[in-house]
Amino acid sequence: MNDKVTLMKGNEALAVAAIRYGADGYFGYPITPQSEVLEKLEEEMPWETTGMVVLQAESEVAAINMVYAGASCGKTVLTSTSSPGFSLMQEGMSYMAASEVPALVINVMRGGPGLGTIHPSQADYFQAVKGGGHGDYRLITLAPASVQEMVDFVALGWDLAFKYRAVSMILADGVIGQMMEKVVLPEQRPRHTEEWIRENCPWAVNGRKGMRPKNIITSLELDDDKMEENNHRFQATYREIEKNEQRCELINTDDCDYLIVAFGSMARISHKAMELAAEEGIKVGIARPITLWPFPVDAIRKAAQGVKGILSVELSAGQMIEDIKLATECNYPVDLFCRLGGNVPAPDEILNALKEKLVNKLG
Amino acid sequence: MKEEIVIAGFGGQGVLSMGKILAYSGLMEDKEVTWMPSYGPEQRGGTANVTVIVSDERISSPILNMYDTAVVLNQQSLDKFEKMVKPGGVLIYDSYGINTPPTRTDIRIYRIAATEATIEINNSKAFNMIVLGAYLKVKPIVTIENVLKGLKKTLPERHWHLIPMNEEALKKGATLIKE
Repeated sequence: MNDKVTLMKGNEALAVAAIRYGADGYFGYPITPQSEVLEKLEEEMPWETTGMVVLQAESEVAAINMVYAGASCGKTVLTSTSSPGFSLMQEGMSYMAASEVPALVINVMRGGPGLGTIHPSQADYFQAVKGGGHGDYRLITLAPASVQEMVDFVALGWDLAFKYRAVSMILADGVIGQMMEKVVLPEQRPRHTEEWIRENCPWAVNGRKGMRPKNIITSLELDDDKMEENNHRFQATYREIEKNEQRCELINTDDCDYLIVAFGSMARISHKAMELAAEEGIKVGIARPITLWPFPVDAIRKAAQGVKGILSVELSAGQMIEDIKLATECNYPVDLFCRLGGNVPAPDEILNALKEKLVNKLG
Repeated sequence: MKEEIVIAGFGGQGVLSMGKILAYSGLMEDKEVTWMPSYGPEQRGGTANVTVIVSDERISSPILNMYDTAVVLNQQSLDKFEKMVKPGGVLIYDSYGINTPPTRTDIRIYRIAATEATIEINNSKAFNMIVLGAYLKVKPIVTIENVLKGLKKTLPERHWHLIPMNEEALKKGATLIKE
């Protein structure tokens, strides 16, 4: 066994992955169930090795604006929070999207609305994929279902953010944040050099040194025609992302009568429900969206072909189900099974719901 | 091989760390492992439980409704988890403070006197290692050698001198299992 393989909590994995990617800075404010991200960063003390800044801000509002500032300089920066903290960050999210700066924002969701509970939830789906702040913008939204994906999606999130000059978001939940699993850690990458930033982020505000015209990062444009032009440019980028970046894992979908669509922890629990269903001779397949935006329309459509019905399994009162219906153009019966407010279903609950809502009705 | 275990007791009994040591031991044997705690206020004195899954193959759900083995360390946990052991599965419980013993006949039940054993070896802190030793006697899913390796990985170097004491506790635990 090599020393890159270890056992880690999902939250700790996020922290280590950020250091190993060569992050320049983390700005955050503690909140359960993701406080281990900041704790692990403080423990690792990357400022003494890679030079990465780790700063506990005075609030989530401050943290997101520090990220906005760092990103505007072409730096590789991130923040992490949980649901109530993510609500506080929405103004900053909208500003960063309008300013076309690359950044990584992590939300390890807990039960809401309001301060709610500290236990797992997926009820910030709308907020993440439909735009929680004002204006027409989108976030590249990645949904990890394992501790390994917590590691991998930090790199993927930043790669996509820099590629499209967009904000990437990791939308996890308390289950994935709190559980420990085996992970393979990537090699330590060096932080981006000033030369790299000048070459790859010509828009960054990092001092022009008399070599180029002045760069301005702003979300304000009072000329309506120019602002419309900006919006068309944002939308063109979003269409490009929708075309290139849909990701979805399909499990047993080639020969199934029923399809479960679930992401994150719910995909894991549904997987077990699928195994239990197989023991009873019920053929179930799973489509696990990895990108929630762009929603993996093509994969879901393919997986749905020939099924009798679809069950959306969510820790929300039915948010992703709307995207499933849109993706499948309401050609199949789609029903919902959910638990709310921090409660998490066991595999048999999902199986029973599948039988009650689909198998017994549709045969 | 796949073993789905729940360990449950009071916060402070070392439930979570026992699970963690087991998970690390699985890692040492190059198996897939998942450790899923109950988190929140129970860490500060209420009931705590942890699910540990050790498997040769990819692990699906970290949340389960039926377990191969339940290791329970108080009455509340026994009441909750006795019915969640798969038929033919294993239930191990510490006899201390148990007023209503388990009644199922379709599972293998082991009553161990782990609390008393801590007094015998004069080390109350080794409680969870005694229980782990008992568990591994019934279900030798990982070797004691790998448990000690896992322990070395979880403990900071300044505590490595405690490893022989833990080994003794594991061995003591194994003696508590009577067929």
